This record gives sequence, structure tokens and C-alpha cells, in this order.
Amino acid sequence: MIHFLTLKSMANRKFTSFLCVLSIALSVTLFLGVERMREGAKDGFTNTISGVDLIVGAKGGALQLLLYTVFHLGSAVNNVRMSTYNEIKSHRSVEWAIPISLGDNYRGHRVIATDENFFLHYQFRGDQKIKFADGTMPLNIFDVVLGSAVANKLKHRLGDPISLTHGTNESSLYQHEKTPFKVVGMLAPTSTPIDNAVIINLYGMEAMHVGWESGVPTGDVIDPTRYQKENLEINQITSFMLKLKSRIAVLKMRRTIDTFEAEPVMAIIPGMALSEMWQTLGAIEKILFLISGCVLIVGLVSIVISLYTSINERRREMAIFRSLGAKSQSILALIVYEAMILVSSGIILGVTLLYTAIFALKPLLESRFSIYLENTFLTSTEWGMLLFIFIFGVLAGLIPGVKAMQRTLQDGLIIKN
Amino acid sequence: MKMKEAESMAIKIEKLHFSYDSKNPVLNIDELNLRAGEKVFIYGPSGYGKSTLLNLISGVIPAFSGNIEVLGKKLLELSNSERDLLRGSEIGYIFQMFNLIPYLNVEENIQLSFKINPDRVRGLDVQKQVNDLIVALNLSEHRFKKTYHLSIGQQQRVAQARALVGQPSLIIADEPTSSLDANNSQEFMQLLINEWEKRKFTLVFVSHDERLKKYFDRSISLPEINKI
Repeated sequence: MIHFLTLKSMANRKFTSFLCVLSIALSVTLFLGVERMREGAKDGFTNTISGVDLIVGAKGGALQLLLYTVFHLGSAVNNVRMSTYNEIKSHRSVEWAIPISLGDNYRGHRVIATDENFFLHYQFRGDQKIKFADGTMPLNIFDVVLGSAVANKLKHRLGDPISLTHGTNESSLYQHEKTPFKVVGMLAPTSTPIDNAVIINLYGMEAMHVGWESGVPTGDVIDPTRYQKENLEINQITSFMLKLKSRIAVLKMRRTIDTFEAEPVMAIIPGMALSEMWQTLGAIEKILFLISGCVLIVGLVSIVISLYTSINERRREMAIFRSLGAKSQSILALIVYEAMILVSSGIILGVTLLYTAIFALKPLLESRFSIYLENTFLTSTEWGMLLFIFIFGVLAGLIPGVKAMQRTLQDGLIIKN
Repeated sequence: MKMKEAESMAIKIEKLHFSYDSKNPVLNIDELNLRAGEKVFIYGPSGYGKSTLLNLISGVIPAFSGNIEVLGKKLLELSNSERDLLRGSEIGYIFQMFNLIPYLNVEENIQLSFKINPDRVRGLDVQKQVNDLIVALNLSEHRFKKTYHLSIGQQQRVAQARALVGQPSLIIADEPTSSLDANNSQEFMQLLINEWEKRKFTLVFVSHDERLKKYFDRSISLPEINKI
């Protein structure tokens, strides 16, 4: 009977009931959505690079090494000698190594000089490898490959000549205009900093700095034979990544590198370093959580408001029910049941909205914000949250419910206005 | 059952004292007895404790001093839910106005009597009673209408039908005709008396309109018996 009366009564107040459901739904969507984004951002962040056991660079700050190697932010204080790289690379426990050499940019996008191992082994988000949207690896000296964001933004086509800028700053005075590069490939989107990078090979990096030994261009005419691979000698790189044959060897290898005698170098474990860095961003997480919690409270308050105003209009109705033998507790049940219907409809609509939003915004969030949303159904944590919202919704219904019950007891059967 | 009701009092009030606060007494009634099957007019202009008396008899006000017996049951000895049950299963109540639930249709409003309190059914064919009452009270063509489409006269007849369904032993009518015009008022009274003739329930009819006395066996003046 309570079910029948509640549904009929709510149908009679369609619009206000709908508004209440909508306000709960939106707060549920926002609450779960913010949680998912938080998780997604964390996942996206800690999975910026994977499949690499150690990152090695000149001794200095671990965070700095991580930032310039993985995120292409800031620059290294010192480089690593090629001899050091070769020696560590040929250590028996190393499976492969990816060299990284930084220092130039193309219209604000960092240039990464590396070798083909980068394209063969670099992984992100678990086991995803770098894929080409078009073209091939930069195998010739003056070949360049563009990250997907760079390619999209600058609208280059294969074969376009581009000239790189010296230094990490777009407004640098020195252009490498004497050594133009040719676009030979474009990468598929990765939702990692790679999308914003411009990739050449180590010889290209060396070649464009021929005649720059003093740090600035000499202005002399360069003998073109010096731009041949066999005549280019690579002396140093910025940092490099290592994959070991066995994960068990990671800590031992790290110690070996940290105590390397020929040059002061250090190694970091990228997964650990990324997690630590995310921890330092923890305040943002807490703020997000707090905001979504507040939104949820607003949604729950709307239940109280909606029911509270309705019981005022329904005093007469309650007196009629009482005259027909309804217990005062039934009046309470009627209101609380309505709160249950409101909050459960709100939850169902909210979850529907959430999945619609995820479905619609997933590509955008991944490509523009590197927020990787998992396409999973509700996790156990989320079920827990929904249960929590439901319980609080019903508790919120108790406030107007108890009020309605008290009022019917005061009113009796005869309502005096 | 019938024999017992015939012998007993439908309502028995002794030494009733009641006030909402300690200073202003609202009711002070030495004695008021209504026999089962009697139809009684209670003359009650506003300000003489009419609402309070009806709330007490129907058991929605739990505390008072003195004794009130309704259908053989001492109200003070009943729990809250027992009083609610008594009201729901044995008493039909008609308000002055706004008797109906606006989002239900005429039939659903009448059915509320036994839907809210299933004890009212007592093995009766209540749906047949609903059908019969709809016919008897000239409501056939309005059966599935939402109540806000009805005139006040029609609404009061629906309220009468709802009070009568399930054959309660006691009908309390609280100024049911005061919002009606002369014609509607007369129709309402005639139909109510017709129903009383059929089943001889106890009818307590409260009004400030003394012209309605003529329909009743006995008339009691609330200002006279309430000695505040």
C-alpha cells in the first residue's frame, strides 16, 4: 500500500520529484566521476612509462632525472658519457637500453634523440608500444618523427622539411637552419608526453651540432662529408633507460650504477619514482575528494528540502490516512519510502549519466588530459559508495519523516489552518 | 456480536477532563453515552472543544483523564496501534471538506478504507460494497475520475462511501454538509440516513447547523455538556 500511494503521490508531484532525482543523480555522477578521474589521472601518470626497470643519468636529483627523461621537463645538469652508456649497456644482466639525448626543441616541442630501441621497446600503460600513424623510424641522420599532438597541431605531412631550434626554449636565438630535417613518420596517440615530442636519432643530434663545439655556431662552411654517420662521433647522451633480463637484478644493478667509478651516475626505478611523485601531488587528490563529497551533501540536502516542502502540502492527506487507521509510524514510513525511491532513482540515473559521460568523453580525456578511464563496471569501492549514498539518503528522509509523524500527532484529524 | 452491540454503549464518556496545557481546560464532560445503533446529532459551534472531542473519540489523542469507551473498549487501556486499528477497522470518518486524496480516483479513494487497514475487510466482500455504494450514492459516472474534477457535493458523497465501506459500527461525521449548498446538503443527508436505515450503525453527526436536527433520534448540545 505504501508503495502504491508513494508512487501515485510522486506522479502527482512529477516535476519536483524529478528535480530532486536529477539533483541526486548529478551529484552521484560527479562524485563517482571525480573518483574515476582521480584514479584515471593516477593511472595515466604512473603508467606514463612501463617495461623499463631503471633510468640512469648524471648524479643529481631523482625527481629531476625522472622529469627530464620521462616528461621532457627541465634539463639535466650534466650529461652521461657515451663510454659509460656503452659499458653499462653491455653489462651481462642488461637486456636492452634506450639512450636519450635532449637539448633542442621544435616550436616549443622537445626534441628527443634516441635510437631504434626506443621504437622497439619503449612501453607505456602496461604493454602498449609506440605505433606509427604514418611513415617509419628516423633511421637516416636528418630524419625526424613527430609525436601525434605535434603532428596534429602543426599539420605537417611526410616529407616536409623542418629546422630545429637550439636549446629547450622556443624563443632561442639559435636555429639549426643549416641542417634541415625531413619528416619521415608520425606517431599514433599515446596519451603520454611522447605525443608532444619530436624524435630524431642520435646521429642527427650530433650532426646538427657540428661546428657548435664552442656552444654557438661558428659560421664556418661545414664540409658535407662531416654529416656522414661514420664521421660523426657521439660522445655523450643525457640519460638512458635500462631493461634487465630479470627483475630480481634491479636493486643490485641500481647499486652497481650508483657506485660506478668512471663517472658519477645514478639510477632510479621509474614505477617507484612516479608513485612517489604522485604522492607529493596528494593534496590535489584530497581537495578533489572533498569537493565531490560536498557536492554529494548538496544532493542529499535536496532530498530533505523536497520532502520537507511536500509534507507541508500533504498535511491534509496525512490526516485522511490517519482517519482511516494508518499508524503514525506509517506516515513516517511513507516519507522514508519516498526518500528511498528518490535516492535509488537518483543513483540509477546518476550511474547511467556517468557511463554516458565516460563513453562520450573518454577519447577527449585520454588524448587531451592523459586521463585514462577504465571501462569497467562499478568497482567494489564504488558499490560501497553507492550503498553509503543510499543509506544517507534514507537517513535524510528520516528528518522530514519524523517531522511529518510529529505533525500528524499534533494535528490529529482536524487540520486548522 | 449484534446482540452484544445492541446491549452495549457505542460511546461511553465519564468524567472526561482534557487540556492541551495545564492552564486552559478544553473539555470537562461528566457523562455522555451513545447507544449502539443510535443516530445522534451533536450541536457544536466552534470554540466548544468539538475538534478535540472527535480527536479523543477516534483515538488520535492518547492522553486524557477520565474514561472514554468506544465500542466497548476503554481507550486508555489500548496501545497507540490498538487505537489506530480500532479506528481503521470499526470507525468511518467524514470530514467537513478535503476528504479525498487528490492523486487517486474516486474508486481508489473509497478502497483506501480497507487498503490502509486490511482488518476492515473481516471476511466481507468489500469490493462489492464499493460497487454498491458507488451506485447508491450516485457516483457511477465519476468512478474513474480524479477527485479534483468533482464538485464539492460529489466529493462529500465519495467521502461518505469511503466511511461506509467495510460496514464500520460507528460513523463520525464532522460537519460534512457545512460546505454544501441546500440541495447538495439535503441529498447528502438523505443518502446518509438511507444507509443508516439499512444497517443501523451508530451515527455521530456534529454540526453547528441546528436545522439538521430533524434527521436524528436525539440531539445533544456540546456547550451544555462541556462544563469548562
